[in-house]
Amino acid sequence: MIQINITKRFAGFCLHMDFEHESGCLGILGASGSGKSMTLKCIAGIEKPDQGRIVVGDRVLFDSEKKINLMPQQRRVGYLFQNYALFPNMTVEENIGVGIRDKKLRRQQAAAQIQRFQLTGLEKRYPGQLSGGQQQRVALARMMANEPELILLDEPFSALDGYLKEKLQHEMMEVLKDFPGDVLLVSHSRDDIYRFSPRVLAIDDGHVLQSGSIEDIFLSPLNYKVARLTGCNNISPAEKRGEYEVYAKEWDITLKTSRPVTEDIRYVGLRSHDIRTVSEDEEQNQGTPGENVFQMELLDVVESPFEYKYHMRAAGSSAAESIWWKTYKNLDKHAVPESFPRKLQIPKEKLLLLRE
Amino acid sequence: MSEWLSILGDLDFSPLFISLKTGVVATIISFFLGIFAARKVIKAGPKVKAVADGLLTLPMVLPPTVAGFLLLLIFSRRRPIGIFLFENFNIKVVQSWLGCIVAATVIAFPLMYRNARAAFEQVDVNLVYAGRTLGMKEREIFWKVVVPNAGPGIVSGTILTFARALGEYGATSMLAGNIPGKTGTISQKIAMVIQDGDYVTAGIWVIIVTAIAFVIIAAMNLVSSKSKGMKQIKRW
Repeated sequence: MIQINITKRFAGFCLHMDFEHESGCLGILGASGSGKSMTLKCIAGIEKPDQGRIVVGDRVLFDSEKKINLMPQQRRVGYLFQNYALFPNMTVEENIGVGIRDKKLRRQQAAAQIQRFQLTGLEKRYPGQLSGGQQQRVALARMMANEPELILLDEPFSALDGYLKEKLQHEMMEVLKDFPGDVLLVSHSRDDIYRFSPRVLAIDDGHVLQSGSIEDIFLSPLNYKVARLTGCNNISPAEKRGEYEVYAKEWDITLKTSRPVTEDIRYVGLRSHDIRTVSEDEEQNQGTPGENVFQMELLDVVESPFEYKYHMRAAGSSAAESIWWKTYKNLDKHAVPESFPRKLQIPKEKLLLLRE
Repeated sequence: MSEWLSILGDLDFSPLFISLKTGVVATIISFFLGIFAARKVIKAGPKVKAVADGLLTLPMVLPPTVAGFLLLLIFSRRRPIGIFLFENFNIKVVQSWLGCIVAATVIAFPLMYRNARAAFEQVDVNLVYAGRTLGMKEREIFWKVVVPNAGPGIVSGTILTFARALGEYGATSMLAGNIPGKTGTISQKIAMVIQDGDYVTAGIWVIIVTAIAFVIIAAMNLVSSKSKGMKQIKRW
């Protein structure tokens, strides 16, 4: 159980975070400079908010009204830094040992953590002599040895890519599974968040844009910024045309919706994987054109190892922006791209109706 | 040649030992004071920082004779502090070996302070934050994390401080004077024998000083080249 309500002002930036979290892992999704890391630093006690309240479990860590501001040393909040911040002058053993609270049990507990995190044999090594994966394990072991009640993960994977990233994500999940306390994961990557956090907080410019379950955030983002953060590529300014009808200005097409269109709609969004092809059978059986079926013409096509990305627009329209459509393919270099022009359907239940 | 040897044989080596003793003691004092001051200044607010940094660096920028003059004003036995020290503790700074140490420390201290400060400021601030969230006490973080990771900068600062203290002339001659066997340092010895026209003795001392200086610089290069291969976190 975490309750955060803090305000901190900087020149040209105001951080105001107000959220609660019941239990488990909460993902904070935001672009760089949105105030994610600052929020974590305030919770850990590295930075001091101007005002507000931070409660973890039944302990008040910060309360500006009651003049409570626990030292970071007293907060029992584990912080995993992006570069791990291992002490370069200490061995693995010493790094893990510094956080152990009971000095008499230091050696014994450090040994237990070394075994748990599969660092046996590396006790006398220095961080500079370890691989990236080993460094992450040392950082996790050091943090866990300190017995935190809350764990903060600050962009743990953003410096990594490919295989190593997947491997470390897997290892991290194994560790977090056994952790009884809460976890806050901060990231600009929707993939990291999607993988770790059943609950998500989308933030921008120091404020919470939307909070909810991972499904809520990805399936029904409320506004333009959340849709962008969750990786929606096609977003067009939109105008209400009817109870269940909306006009996408930049695509120059009118779309049927499954949800009622509200008066405050500003944009309509469409994920590039959600466009579907219309089979010949379907066309013949229905006789009439289906809902949101458009004749599309191709503007450009980009091939990557496992995907085709088509830039296209409704045939004969005066669209200002192209619509992206992504289809999966295999590695075969000669895989034939879809032929254009062709009929495609924009499923109405997949349309994102977005506010400002 | 035989003239040289006879001079070498008769040479009074006391200036060498006085200089070395003074250098070592002044360096030890500067080491702790410099690190202490650097730590305080880093933690201070911007205004305090500007003023404190100016005051602490001043002795390095001022001509040593000016520093010597100011020290004389403070420690002269005709002035309040000098009188107080002598009457209560029987401490005599002017015209004494203690004067050598005071003069060398004041002149060399800024080198230690500035090098320590620069070295501390280069330590990754996340290391300090990590130490805090892990429950380490501030003092523990400073001595176990910040100082070791500022190591090369501190070592080179210490060596420079020692070199400066070893060769101090201006302030020392004003405060401690040149009493053979007591406050007569190498620098003062050289100045004195040259005034007497004894270029051979001056030459011998110059060779000794040059040798010491060379060893110091070589030692510093060794330390700093080692630091490049130090156990730093490699990034991917």
